[in-house]
Amino acid sequence: MTEGEIVNTFAAPAVDPAPTQAYANPTGAHLDADRISAWFGTNKVLERVSLSMPPGTVTALIGPSGCGKSTFLRILNRMHELVPSAKLAGEVRLNGVDIYAADNPITQTRKRIGMVFQKPNPFPAMSIGENVLAGLKLTGTRLARREQAELIEDCLQRGGLWAEVKERLGDPGGSLSGGQQQRLCIARALAVRPDVLLMDEPCSALDPTSTRRIEETIAILRNQVTIVIVTHNMQQAARVSQQCAFFLAEQGTPGQIVESGSTKDIFEKPRDPRTSDYVNGRFG
Amino acid sequence: MTTVIDLRPAGSAPEPDEAPRSIRKSLSTSDRVFRWGTTAIGAMVLVIIGAVGSFLGYQLVPTLRDYGLRFFTENQWNPELNILGISAVLIGTVEVALIAIVISFPLALLTALYISEYTPPWARAFLVSMIDLMAAIPSIVYAMWGLFLIEPHALYLGRWINEYFGWFPLFHVQGGDARGALFNLEAFDSSPFIAGMVVSMMVIPLACAVMLGVFRQAPISEREGAYALGSTRWGMIRAVVLPFGRGGIVGGTMLALGRALGETIVVLLILSLNTDIKFRPLEIGGITTASLIANYFGEATSGQLDALLAAGFVLFAMTIVVNTIAAVIVARSRSGAQTEI
Repeated sequence: MTEGEIVNTFAAPAVDPAPTQAYANPTGAHLDADRISAWFGTNKVLERVSLSMPPGTVTALIGPSGCGKSTFLRILNRMHELVPSAKLAGEVRLNGVDIYAADNPITQTRKRIGMVFQKPNPFPAMSIGENVLAGLKLTGTRLARREQAELIEDCLQRGGLWAEVKERLGDPGGSLSGGQQQRLCIARALAVRPDVLLMDEPCSALDPTSTRRIEETIAILRNQVTIVIVTHNMQQAARVSQQCAFFLAEQGTPGQIVESGSTKDIFEKPRDPRTSDYVNGRFG
Repeated sequence: MTTVIDLRPAGSAPEPDEAPRSIRKSLSTSDRVFRWGTTAIGAMVLVIIGAVGSFLGYQLVPTLRDYGLRFFTENQWNPELNILGISAVLIGTVEVALIAIVISFPLALLTALYISEYTPPWARAFLVSMIDLMAAIPSIVYAMWGLFLIEPHALYLGRWINEYFGWFPLFHVQGGDARGALFNLEAFDSSPFIAGMVVSMMVIPLACAVMLGVFRQAPISEREGAYALGSTRWGMIRAVVLPFGRGGIVGGTMLALGRALGETIVVLLILSLNTDIKFRPLEIGGITTASLIANYFGEATSGQLDALLAAGFVLFAMTIVVNTIAAVIVARSRSGAQTEI
């Protein structure tokens, strides 16, 4: 696909044809976390966490609050270091290249590994259309007016928002409902053509209908970008993901991955009793 | 068309029309005393401002009787001939204040952005206290500093501007052409430009503190949203911090303008008194309302004293208008929601 070429991705099936299997020829990138440890000040919050996130797959990070899932996710696109006291060890490799390597520009890394946050955060001073194009503007990419219009439509289609906002692209981003704002943020993240999309509890602030719309969007997108999602909702993890990692921070110890594997295995035949307890709602 | 269906059992008496009930709070005595106390203290502010305004405004009556409406159009202030007017004074006041704002605005904005966005956290507190310290320096110190340190150097800056941009009427200086027969370096001395420059140093901390307070409140979620799209820090500032801080930028600048309008001692020391109406800020001489009052207060007759107080009233009104506009702008913007100025 050449730059600026628009593919009608909305023709993809609205329902994931094989939710438990990977797509044959996905276009996302391979993301590998290798022995990641993390600290805030002197407080260690993650201990040697390794996880492989292949393309065409939605990886769900589950576990109780405070176990380091979000920290781990933020390490995957270098958002962790925005916190002044934050430190980390280990490597994150995007298609085999360490994103923390000195010669790897941070802006390029974050552009390739997009992120959707827990709380929808559209830029309130910008219109809906401008919000979609914000990433291009911020990274200094220029597009002709016609290409801009096509990109806005394409990304809003993929974010599942086009039908609701096509008549009012000039309205401020803040005028949308919470669920619509979150889909706008997904569209905004897609506009810079990332290889990976990280989602930090994207539905926790949303109503069930909006949640369903976003889950449908995730199912469509997973063939195009590698998706990693943090969720507190077990059913959601079971519905949207193909592989799952269970994080746990036992009293006074940093967070670790207790068990990871295919979502089916984690939910139906977990090897670790703690995983079994958690997915069956016995604690957490 | 709606149909009202009566669901009441047949034969029951019709209910009276409903009316909103009044909700009365019963306050304890201590609550009542506290409320009255705070209300009284709050009202005191209005009383003081009102008293100052009406006292000064009252002086307009004898002034207008003695000098007529020419008081506003006459540029001379000549106590010996008893010709008094404030047109040159008003223009000079605005001129010096605008020069101060033109110089202080970029400095205050960039300082606030630097402290808010670029300094490491350990240095931020130090720099903020430096800015506060700058605001705490008495104006007489700024005035001496301006007179003895800035002026001897700033006049060359004025001359440089005149040399290259003197073709523009605003930068013209009589006797300032170095190739002319009447060249006199002192023509650049004691000018509104230099006075404005020193006043700008005094208003920078005020404008900077307001802008800084607003920039620090730019939501972290939006900042991270910009970074997550691959933005540089400057891109994030342009997309998030500046739009969010717009109210603070305008409000801080207006507050600085209000302060600059009333600055007395710096202008009194630096600016040579001159009541000609001339739009040549690089040239020696000028006058502002505050320096007029400070200068002529001592030997004024009682009628002239009224006139000075009337001039003070005009300054008071200008400052109130500017500060009100600032407050409205800050309050209406999204960024002003949690900011006090």
